Amino acid sequence: MYPTRFNYESPKSIAEAIALLHQGGGEAKILAGGQSLVPMMRLRFAAPEMIVDINNIPGLDYLTVDADGTIHIGALCRHSDLEKSSLLMAHQPTMAAAAPVIADPIVRNRGTLVGSLCHADPQGDWSSVMMALGGIVVAQGPNGRRSIPAADFVKGPFQNMLAFDEIAIEAIVPAPKGIPNGGYLKLERRVGDFATAGVAVAVESSQGLIIRAGIGLTGVGGSTINATAAAQSLVGAPLTAGSIAHAADLAAQAAQPRSDHRGSASYKRQIVKTFVVRILSGVVESIERAA
Amino acid sequence: MSLDEIKIGGMGASRRRVEDNRFIRGKGNYVDDIVLPGMLHMEILRSPLAHARIKSIDTSKAWAIPGVRLVMTGEMMASRNLAWMPTLSYDTQAVLATDKVRFQGQEVACVIADDAYIAKDACEAIVVDYEPLPVVVNPIQAMAPGAPLIRDDKENQHDNVVFDWEVGDKDGTEKAFAQADVVSKLELHYPRSHPSPLETCGSIADFDRATSKLTVYMTTQAPHIIRAAVAMVAELPEHMIRIVSPDLGGGFGNKVPVYPGYVASILASILLERPVKWIEDKTGNLISTGFGRDVYLRGEMALRKDGKILGVRMHTDSDHGAFFSDAQPSKFKIGLMHSAFACYDIPAAHLTARGLYTNKAPGGVAYRCSFRVTEAMFFQERMVQAAADDLGMDQAEFRRLNFVRDEDFPHRTAFGFLTDSGQYAKCLDVGLEAIGYKDFLKQKEEAKKRGRLLGIGISTMTEPLGAGNSREYDILGIKMFDSAELRVHMSGKAILRTGAKSQGQGHETTWAQIVAHELGIPADDITVEEGDTDTAPFGMGTYASRSTPVAGAAVAMVSRKIRAKARKLAAHLLEVSEEDVEWELGRFYVRSSPDRGVTIQDCANAAYSNMPDGLEPGLENTAYYDPPNLTWPFACYIATVEVDPETGVWDVLNVVAVDDCGVRINPMIVEGQIMGGLTEAYAMASMQFITFDAEGNCVGSNYMDYLLPTAWETPGFELHEVVTPCPHHPIGAKGIGECATVGGPAAFVNAVMDALKGTGVRNIDMPLLPDRVYEAFTTRRDISGMPPVKTED
Ligand SMILES: Cc1cc2nc3c(=O)[nH]c(=O)nc-3n(C[C@H](O)[C@H](O)[C@H](O)COP(=O)(O)OP(=O)(O)OC[C@H]3O[C@@H](n4cnc5c(N)ncnc54)[C@H](O)[C@@H]3O)c2cc1C
Repeated sequence: MYPTRFNYESPKSIAEAIALLHQGGGEAKILAGGQSLVPMMRLRFAAPEMIVDINNIPGLDYLTVDADGTIHIGALCRHSDLEKSSLLMAHQPTMAAAAPVIADPIVRNRGTLVGSLCHADPQGDWSSVMMALGGIVVAQGPNGRRSIPAADFVKGPFQNMLAFDEIAIEAIVPAPKGIPNGGYLKLERRVGDFATAGVAVAVESSQGLIIRAGIGLTGVGGSTINATAAAQSLVGAPLTAGSIAHAADLAAQAAQPRSDHRGSASYKRQIVKTFVVRILSGVVESIERAA
Repeated sequence: MSLDEIKIGGMGASRRRVEDNRFIRGKGNYVDDIVLPGMLHMEILRSPLAHARIKSIDTSKAWAIPGVRLVMTGEMMASRNLAWMPTLSYDTQAVLATDKVRFQGQEVACVIADDAYIAKDACEAIVVDYEPLPVVVNPIQAMAPGAPLIRDDKENQHDNVVFDWEVGDKDGTEKAFAQADVVSKLELHYPRSHPSPLETCGSIADFDRATSKLTVYMTTQAPHIIRAAVAMVAELPEHMIRIVSPDLGGGFGNKVPVYPGYVASILASILLERPVKWIEDKTGNLISTGFGRDVYLRGEMALRKDGKILGVRMHTDSDHGAFFSDAQPSKFKIGLMHSAFACYDIPAAHLTARGLYTNKAPGGVAYRCSFRVTEAMFFQERMVQAAADDLGMDQAEFRRLNFVRDEDFPHRTAFGFLTDSGQYAKCLDVGLEAIGYKDFLKQKEEAKKRGRLLGIGISTMTEPLGAGNSREYDILGIKMFDSAELRVHMSGKAILRTGAKSQGQGHETTWAQIVAHELGIPADDITVEEGDTDTAPFGMGTYASRSTPVAGAAVAMVSRKIRAKARKLAAHLLEVSEEDVEWELGRFYVRSSPDRGVTIQDCANAAYSNMPDGLEPGLENTAYYDPPNLTWPFACYIATVEVDPETGVWDVLNVVAVDDCGVRINPMIVEGQIMGGLTEAYAMASMQFITFDAEGNCVGSNYMDYLLPTAWETPGFELHEVVTPCPHHPIGAKGIGECATVGGPAAFVNAVMDALKGTGVRNIDMPLLPDRVYEAFTTRRDISGMPPVKTED
């Protein structure tokens, strides 16, 4: 690999990292897992003048759950940490379903969830998961911290809402108000492939009714798609075959896929629809099993 | 007492691969590991466009970068008569483009600099002014009236046709069709794929002005051919050229052709009088070097109601890219395509083949197969399934009915090949038994009632291996024999060199086993060396599964020469006449008193220390082997699948492979070859292709787009064997390196098509990506020969 020439910095604190970014004036890039940035540099699509490697900043690799169920994912928490987490298995089925289908085991050992959100690849799986969950990105810059909803964090393909001197410190999944349920299904051509289409569904139920729902779509638009109408259609009612089919149709309508070597637009819509049905049917089954 | 052959690592021993010792420790010695004093680095600037006239090239900014030693362009090559080079298929290929570029990724300029980073930066600083020309990306466009002429550099070339060729019996075939009860038709595209060895191509050229000797370390499967080609292109005397092919990180046919990068690095070293290293990056490898396949095939089969095949007609339109550099050594323009249907007893067949230039990378190399055999066998087995379906016959029974029978060998195929041995029906039976054919058919019917789609696919084939024999096969006029040289040292240890070149096949392990079998020298006592033209005997290299059939035969023959001399030494040591000496593995003894004997090691010692009067000292010899015929292994691959009707995703349930590759030298290596081949077959069937958009941009220029299968999705394989020794090979071996890649794909595709049986869908072109399967299933239409990249909706 022969990238263009760059300076390499390895700050030991968040403050130091922010100062370096500030000094870089927009020509500096954070290196987290490097699983997206390094391939871009190899292709010379990215040619940063400065690399700010945050891997030596202590205390960023956490994955914690508060007493109320709020989940915190630190900027250096790797895909593989999420995949192996018993916390997620117990508390967050959508994330637990997504973690093992991101890339391949080697990439998962390095890549981070926060880095994936920052990279804002329309084919990135975590963005749609976080959208479905109503997640939040916490950013820190020279002027302190702010919270950005995951739904707003992605500005467009490969563009996020961070200022050039801001770091995404963590991602947060808010505490559920009902029983969390859902899943993630991804169609890939082989392990390690990006999604032909991916569907994240997160619902919360209480007394047999859906009280919150989110549906995020991967790989079927210029950026990650928040299928709000589809999700909204589920709220306030129990899940039935009819409501599931209706939501699936709305999700398929929300998709804006393009025909390419992964498949035609109409095919990708069909996959979205099928996956919404499959995930929600699974939810019904698991609710019935629990009852 | 005779030695235990398995214990000494002889034939049949699943001896661990000796080369793995260094490979798994990271101690292999690949071209990129070699560092020479004063070595410079070369990078290639490639064309971003598929077809464009070069108006100007400005290299001044590149020259200005510190550390840049040389910038080469086509113009400069032309001034040395090196802008074009001959290909191994009697065409010409641009080394660096002069007039125009003809495919995306074509070599336009080279920079030689102190390190690879500088060279890469300098390549980006070169400004090329292109005038885009209309682009041709498939044979249909290439043949269209008024199509842009790609090879306007060639005199007398007025269209994009590379060749028009035919073989077989046209009239006889016509008669067969006139008598047919049923005519079955099929049309399909075997997509372009890339051999994609993990190690890309590369070279280090080291021209020494003081000795006038040129040494080139190079990723080549055929060092001696390269030496001949370099002598021709660079006009250097052959004895002043040394080609060294060190450890190779895979080849699969990709490392047979001569590439512009090799030639450019050689010229650069001559000009700069310093070693010049060129290591291609992955993208360069995928977009510019020897791809495989890319053939549109159509054909029909004349059938009698009772299932007998009366005749076959085939036509192929093959896409050769911008330069015809298939690197295939047969006299047949479309390689061994007409080996199709060789395992079936068919009275008449006729094949027409047209090759076409397009604005795509050159090649059509034999990616893990004999030349075009993969396409041939794929078409054959897809056609056979379609015919069985049309007749309403069971696909296994239809095959059995038409197989060449065991007692009919030698058999002349309809296209004129001579097959010599096999037990086709037995292999099929072993396969059907192993997969549980009858039970599966029942299971399939049951599943269908519940809306589930199960399918079973069979692929049976015999393929020609081991190019060649000198009558029909040559490269640049050099006949396709091979060689082995064996030197037995005084201690009875030995070194063996051959004209082949391992790229992962395990020659260092298996060649020693053949010597052990012939001489009783333990395999561990034998070093095997290949790839250095200064030390190895002249040979044609490794591809087309030719190593065991040809070089392996030479190893046996040279061992026998050594044994013949050792017998003289034994007679001398035992003080009897040669006629009274008997041989058993590793030992000569006196016929009348078997206790009196000497070992092969005793003989070796005597060859240097105690030879009889009149006998030349030493125990060394060389053998050249010109095979009397090709070898014909047989294989039966069976796969079962389940197709998801809502997504088009198909899962492999079981795969059974029955291979008859004749006598197995090292069963473990044979099994490894079959598993690797089946993995590639599964990849081709399910995910792998390199495609191009309408502008000729390559989609598949990296491993995110060009999919290599991993252990995660590759199914498990159950292997079985049948052994029919090759009647003309000294140790009865037939070769196994490529059978599964060749025969495997049809088993998977046939299985999916079987699952869709009754929907009216006859064909889906590979790769059977879920979207294609879904589309075919829902629209009830074939997906054949369509442009791979969809542009509608
Ligand atoms: C072979 C392969 C297959 C893959 N397959 C998939 C897949 O199937 N699904 C999928 O979702 N992803 C896939 N990926 C991408 C992978 O998940 C990446 O890990 C992820 O997209 C980026 O995370 P990272 O930590 O590696 O980020 P990096 O590569 O280090 O950074 C990516 C970008 O985000 C910025 N960035 C990173 N962290 C921060 C931060 N804390 N604050 C501000 N900016 C930051 C960087 O500056 C850079 O611009 C694949 C990658 C590879 C190499």
